[in-house]
Amino acid sequence: MNKNINDNNLKKLIFYSNLISYSLSFIVLILYFSFILILGFKPEFFHKTLPDSSVTYGIFSGLFIIIISVFLTFIYVVLSNLFLDKLKK
Amino acid sequence: MNLLLFLTLLSFPFSIMASDLNSKNFAAVVFGIFVFITLLITYFASKKNFNKSNYYAAGGKISGLQNGLAIAGDYMSAASFLGISGLVFFSGFDGLIYSIGFLVGWPIILFLIAEKLKNLGKYTFADVTSTRLTQSRIRILSASGTLVTVIFYLIAQMVGAGSLIQILFGLPYYYAIWIVGLLMIIYVSFGGMIATTWVQIIKAILLILGATALAIMVLSDYSFSIGKLLEEASNVHPEKESILFPGKLISDPISAISLGVALIFGTAGLPHILMRFFTVPDAKSSRISAFYATTFIGYFYILTFVIGFGAIIFLTNNLNYTDFENNLIGSNNMAAIHLSHALGGDIFLGFISAVAFATILAVVSGLTLAGASAIGRDLYVFVIKKGRSNEKKEILVSKISSVFLGIIAIILGIIFQGQNVAFMVGLAFAVAASTNFPILFLTISWKKLTTNGAMYGGFIGLFSALLFVFLGPTVWVETLGFENAIFPYKYPGIFSMSISFFSIITISLIDKKNRDENKFKELTKKSYLESK
Repeated sequence: MNKNINDNNLKKLIFYSNLISYSLSFIVLILYFSFILILGFKPEFFHKTLPDSSVTYGIFSGLFIIIISVFLTFIYVVLSNLFLDKLKK
Repeated sequence: MNLLLFLTLLSFPFSIMASDLNSKNFAAVVFGIFVFITLLITYFASKKNFNKSNYYAAGGKISGLQNGLAIAGDYMSAASFLGISGLVFFSGFDGLIYSIGFLVGWPIILFLIAEKLKNLGKYTFADVTSTRLTQSRIRILSASGTLVTVIFYLIAQMVGAGSLIQILFGLPYYYAIWIVGLLMIIYVSFGGMIATTWVQIIKAILLILGATALAIMVLSDYSFSIGKLLEEASNVHPEKESILFPGKLISDPISAISLGVALIFGTAGLPHILMRFFTVPDAKSSRISAFYATTFIGYFYILTFVIGFGAIIFLTNNLNYTDFENNLIGSNNMAAIHLSHALGGDIFLGFISAVAFATILAVVSGLTLAGASAIGRDLYVFVIKKGRSNEKKEILVSKISSVFLGIIAIILGIIFQGQNVAFMVGLAFAVAASTNFPILFLTISWKKLTTNGAMYGGFIGLFSALLFVFLGPTVWVETLGFENAIFPYKYPGIFSMSISFFSIITISLIDKKNRDENKFKELTKKSYLESK
């Protein structure tokens, strides 16, 4: 990596890395705060269960948020390694 | 160094007691081996050339995977392992609310700050803020934010450690506090970041293995189906199906949101966690370490969830572990510990107990190192000496500070014995979310930020977090005994963080003449590109 990257490439790098960082953060925050808002305003929604199972919507969405968070970090690493790092050259 | 050898020898009596193999002795043996190995690492670390880079950042030689484990280790405290599984045992679903909040901070750290932190800073997060703001003034704020967070977190950990070890090992409270305090002083002052990191890595591996084994034992009885596990748990639990949906933890929407905000943004402002991003060689490793950390922490929280529901099935109304009112013997935090005995016998109980002890020790060491760096580097070198100090003196001051912080932790641990200190973790998160996070985030992303804005706004955030907790239900009513809380909410996060952002932004806008957009341009460029 060198510091003599031209302005055009730097602009591109900043644009794409902001795009990726902020949209992924946005997805996580939306998921999490929807969970929190349902918890605060409409907790009954979480009482329903998945068909033929004793897993409630609450528990399903809780575990889902944990797994999707880990998955999104994976996506970020892949995008950065394969795409953003090349723009730095 | 003789002191180190002396203490290594001290850990041997633990092993000798093992002639009669019950759980307490076995726990002492496992813990003795842990202490022996970690002291050995400390000894070798102390013989290395002690420059700043080794002391604060393990020479920048920790790999992404190792750092991911160490970060996970710092984050998976005894409070989250025992506390959350205990909470699940009592109220089921509510425990999951904490787990999720603690986890979702991690993707945010990775997406927004992990790499920039590494590209801009060297040893403490104040290095980052002072790349564009006036050193001496902004470091006073960063150091205050760090020390307040570290001290409240330390008190909570120490008091928890004392009572837990009392139950697990049958040791008196004071002994437990002294053992934890002295060992952490040795790790941090002799071994610096190298020893602290390896203590953390070993403990993280032990904790993940132990929790995995426990979860497998629970699930193997239910053909590895979460559905069957939940069904059985709701049959057994006195509150039946209601453990599968939201209960009493969240009583109103404001509290729910405020708790969420403190957990998610507080995580991104914890100084001992932020410091770990400087121990890797480059921004790419920093990115990889945040990914591994998120994966381990997410996996760990799913395990605590399974363990908590397992505890409901195996411990409810089991008079070996509960009293007649279905309270766990010992304390509310004992669910995972009792479950390990119910499923794995004395040996497994011993192992899990030792891991819990090691966990506490590792977490307090990380905290102490972060606090010591704030004193030695931020306050001594840049505020008192105005940047004119040599490396030797800086490290000496940091080491003395770590001893000093250790002694303070021991004294406070003794003073707060038996008090309800759970709110202090919440307070540490609230301060981190209202001081450290806003200044860090605005430093790297807002071009109009000025030193005055960051400093006065940051202090306003810090004091409002402290004030709201003090006037809120946990301190004003439960601790001080007043009838009504002046500030009605238990979790001040959303209020204190908004006040902080609002003050920083307003003051910066008024302070237009000190704005320096060129410095921000430089910083932006540097934050995206490797500094080599």
